[in-house]
Amino acid sequence: MALPKVCGLETEYGIVVRGGENNPVTASSMLINAYVAATARQRGRIGWDFEDEHPANDARGFSLDDSLAPEVETTLVNAVLTNGARYYVDHAHPEISTPEVTTAMEAVIWDRAAEEIVRASMKHAQAILPDGAEIVVHKNNSDGKGNSYGCHENYLLARELPFGRLTTQITPHFVTRQVFTGAGKVGCELPGRPHDHIPYQLSQRADFFEEEIGLETTLKRPIVNTRDEPHADAQKYRRLHVIVGDANMSEVATYLKVGTTAIILAMIEDDALGDEWVLGNPVAAIRQVSHDPTLRQTIMLRDGSRATALEVQWGLLERARKYEQSHGLACVGEAVGDDVLERWERVLGGLESAPESVANWVDWVAKRRLVDGYAERHSIDPGSPKLKAIDLQYHDLRADRCLALRAGLDTIVDPADAESAMTNPPTTTRAYFRGRCLAKYPNDVVAANWDSLVFDVGRDPLRRVPMMEPLRGTADHVATLIDTSDTARELLERLGQDA
Amino acid sequence: MAERTQKPKSTTSRDTSEVAEAAPAVTEAGEKLKAELDDLLDEIDEVLETNAEDFVKSYVQKGGQ
Repeated sequence: MALPKVCGLETEYGIVVRGGENNPVTASSMLINAYVAATARQRGRIGWDFEDEHPANDARGFSLDDSLAPEVETTLVNAVLTNGARYYVDHAHPEISTPEVTTAMEAVIWDRAAEEIVRASMKHAQAILPDGAEIVVHKNNSDGKGNSYGCHENYLLARELPFGRLTTQITPHFVTRQVFTGAGKVGCELPGRPHDHIPYQLSQRADFFEEEIGLETTLKRPIVNTRDEPHADAQKYRRLHVIVGDANMSEVATYLKVGTTAIILAMIEDDALGDEWVLGNPVAAIRQVSHDPTLRQTIMLRDGSRATALEVQWGLLERARKYEQSHGLACVGEAVGDDVLERWERVLGGLESAPESVANWVDWVAKRRLVDGYAERHSIDPGSPKLKAIDLQYHDLRADRCLALRAGLDTIVDPADAESAMTNPPTTTRAYFRGRCLAKYPNDVVAANWDSLVFDVGRDPLRRVPMMEPLRGTADHVATLIDTSDTARELLERLGQDA
Repeated sequence: MAERTQKPKSTTSRDTSEVAEAAPAVTEAGEKLKAELDDLLDEIDEVLETNAEDFVKSYVQKGGQ
């Protein structure tokens, strides 16, 4: 049976300083430091521990160490939060990696919490900026000038799953799920093409994918990324690092993106998907789908036949329904899995009959309504910077400027839950242990990363507590232990006895 | 030619009869949507950055992952 689909989201946000020196690295550091200082005055800075990071390991079985290894900037700001998340500067962007969660619903809650953390950070940063200057953060994936930054998803998979089968079978979903996960984009950023070559497309990211499979994440981006860095027991697990998605403003879109992908991955793990929808030319197809808001163009399948993106999606949904019958959906959470299937069907039905009818769920449809409505009202030609401004401002995280907040999107997260998730970890994964220890023993945790915590409890050498099992260290396992251990020393002694 | 053949559509999950029955509601919903859009566009006029050209021109990001 498929492993529980432990998952998480990493979002790199766009950042600009208005009315001041526009250095994105400095601004990102200031943003994060302002938040950390305001929320954790009483505790010491807890650093990120890079022991576990191997971004150059390739899932196909080799390592690029030293040659093309993505750089890891250890000197930049890197904070671990009590909700189990990591908040840091990556390249020239602020990035939040959510804590590990077990369902699409939890993923949306901690993704929303990340947005609220960024909003709070902008507010706190305002206090230390010169008069008239402002840090503005966008939850988007491109600047409209050919520069892109990611919103990555991560899913836990069994190590024994053959990587070749995974790549072949997940690609059709990555290429066609854009019809409901696309965040929408005014213009085109294909190299060598004018901006108005495509007036409006489904995805922020599709223009930037040039390979079917590979290790890169910043250039020649591949549809399936092979980074082999499980952040868990490498004998048992893989972490599929998905770089192909858009950051969504719509909660339902994030929910469907994670929910449908988790189900498809479980099906592949159980060898229940098959090759029916395998694509002939995925790189061409990902652009064709993004560039076709009519949703009528067909893409080529490997057997030479053709299908629309919606037809591929209907086919995947049909398979998923059968999988639910044969295997159940416990690995993604039964209730969430059922709800994802139902909403998946509704969104495809809506897109097929009248895309406008799902403007409350799908970002590219919601954004297009604003762009087209504004163009019509003010008689603006396609290609006008005004329309690109609407595109950008859709993703503006300042509540008083954000157009997505005004676009009539449905919400599925209780704002109180999002607020609570800013400081509290999920109870269902090892993130619980990480977050609770950071909150309760802030002076004794000297470093943290995904799969360990390092404690300094005085006379002993530093103590590393490994967390190689993503589903251990949950509230069920350790809540009582943490509740009843007044000090980190006591906690470690009792953990040692249990071991 | 093989390249021209369409994959047959899957029909299992869809009930086409629902579409016809839903038609009057769709029209009503369409009018409601249009009214909402008008309000929304009024609001956009208020919150949109005043100098859109400069805003768009100055929005340059470093590439990331």
